Amino acid sequence: MIELRGIKKAYRTGSNVLQVLKGIDLHIGPGELVSIMGSSGSGKSTLLNILGILDNYDAGSYHLDGKLIKDLSETESAGLRSRYIGFVFQSFNLIGFKNALENVALPLYYQGVPRKKRQEKALELLERVGLKEWAHHLPNELSGGQKQRVAIARALISDPKVILADEPTGALDSTTSHDVMDLLLSVNRDLGLTVVIVTHEHDIAAMTSRSIHLKDGRIERDVTNKPTADVR
Amino acid sequence: MFDSDRWSEIWNTLSRNKLRSFLTMFGVFWGIFMLVIMLGMGRGLSTGVLGSFEGWATNSCFIWTMRTSIPYEGFQRGRRFEFENADIDAIKRGVEGVDVVAPRLQLGGWRDANNVSYGSKTGAFNVYGDVPDIIRIQATDILEGRFLNEKDIADERKVCVIGSKVQRMMFGPTDPLGEYLKIKGVYFRVVGVHQPRASADMGEDKSGDIHIPFSTFQKAFNSINEVHWFSITGQDGVEVSRIEADTKRLMAHRHKVHPDDPLAFGSWNMQEMFSMMNALFIAINVLSWIVGILTLAAGIIGISNIMLVIVKERTKEIGIRRSIGATPRNITAQVMLESLTLTFIAGYFGLLGGIGLLEAIGAIGIESEFFSSPSVDLKVALVALSVLLLSGLLAGLFPARRALRIKAIDALRTE
Repeated sequence: MIELRGIKKAYRTGSNVLQVLKGIDLHIGPGELVSIMGSSGSGKSTLLNILGILDNYDAGSYHLDGKLIKDLSETESAGLRSRYIGFVFQSFNLIGFKNALENVALPLYYQGVPRKKRQEKALELLERVGLKEWAHHLPNELSGGQKQRVAIARALISDPKVILADEPTGALDSTTSHDVMDLLLSVNRDLGLTVVIVTHEHDIAAMTSRSIHLKDGRIERDVTNKPTADVR
Repeated sequence: MFDSDRWSEIWNTLSRNKLRSFLTMFGVFWGIFMLVIMLGMGRGLSTGVLGSFEGWATNSCFIWTMRTSIPYEGFQRGRRFEFENADIDAIKRGVEGVDVVAPRLQLGGWRDANNVSYGSKTGAFNVYGDVPDIIRIQATDILEGRFLNEKDIADERKVCVIGSKVQRMMFGPTDPLGEYLKIKGVYFRVVGVHQPRASADMGEDKSGDIHIPFSTFQKAFNSINEVHWFSITGQDGVEVSRIEADTKRLMAHRHKVHPDDPLAFGSWNMQEMFSMMNALFIAINVLSWIVGILTLAAGIIGISNIMLVIVKERTKEIGIRRSIGATPRNITAQVMLESLTLTFIAGYFGLLGGIGLLEAIGAIGIESEFFSSPSVDLKVALVALSVLLLSGLLAGLFPARRALRIKAIDALRTE
């Protein structure tokens, strides 16, 4: 599903060149549940941005579902993002003046899906994440865990192939963290989606089947976790 | 473009900060409002003033005598002199290109004391001694009876043609035809009633004019062989200013006036006046557009500015949208449509307000010889609307480009 070869990425600030990724080779198969770990500055966010077609890379190649992702126009990458990738962010990134239902339905709006169909599907997904009764609440009326579940529903609505989650539990307490992780695990297990989670928490990483440890822009370790006792 | 989601989105954005939206729109409202009012008022001024010229032959000039300022042929300076009957033929024969040469006499002076009476009523009107041809210079419509004719002149008939105002004031409901009007002690039979086409002549209402035969005037009012002034028109295509100059030169020769005397004759050239007025109105119009467009531009800049602020405020939101699949086109369309909506609503009310005010002014009837029926024609309204559309797009351009520079990655980074 995801095929990275020799990915390099540098940021230039004035005369300084900061080499963030120094050659990443990585293969993630369809239906895998992978966590990317690393201390801050290890390049994990940059890697996630590249995986999510939010950022370009300098050298190497990135194939997503067999398609080379390189030098795309903004319009092309927007199209690929909406078809292949669902994002879940640490800070939820819901649109504050839209209610839960509208937030979930928004990606379909950009795909030109008729309004009624959007609403139906969004409601379906909200039910799946257990927030059907909250459909017409604004994000600031929801708790952190609820917000993240709305965000996951939004990520799922466009039937993506990959879910990219950037510190999805970073802003949550441990109980809600586990709820959110359960949801992501079930997405992986039941829908068969590839899920990539960036995190720095070991217990979160331990819930995934494979942990990739980044250090100084290189893959330090690639560990296959023992299947945990089926997480609860 | 016309899907309800986008509109509800726009409504959402604009209504989230109502005061700001309102103040922003006010700039554009004011711009269009001013443009419409100024154009409409300018038009009212020009219809008013040009209306008072209506009926006047534009290729006409008027020449009268004043006092000499240069001693010549034994005469001292400061001499008064009068045109005489022989001058009429002299001009007709001696000045090339003349069409109508109408000698004119006026009773008393301008705004004389009561000089006309009928029964117990008296009134003050302008009384002119005229030839029939005067109607070709100063067009007037005959409401009843007839105008003066050659036979009136030849027979020195005591007849008069009165203006509609004279009829109204002196006769009321009585049919004036055949009645006798007493003018300075002399009785004149009313043979016609006229209504001048010009609304006014330099502020004088012409419907109070009484015309009597030129020859009769000379006899009845002790001005034998006198001509107070000439009204002259040129043939088609002839420069009136040339006729004016030629006539003055001829008259100077006939009346022993120094050819270069600048003060011996007074004259008035309708064509010059007319083109001057036209130039004035064109200038007013151009000025209105310039001021209006600049005022509008200030409003547009205001909108553009606010849109920039809105885009800045919504950096995160736009980033989120980008990350869930909004194309650059989606984002551009959203910003452009928002600014267009702001501009258009504001402009629409500006247009409406401006036209409304003009209509109200028209309705309460502020009319005079210098001002009448202020209005904005459809063409101007359409032009204003397209200016609006254009400026709305222009206002959205920079903010939209700013919005495009926001990448989805920023949504991740903001926290």
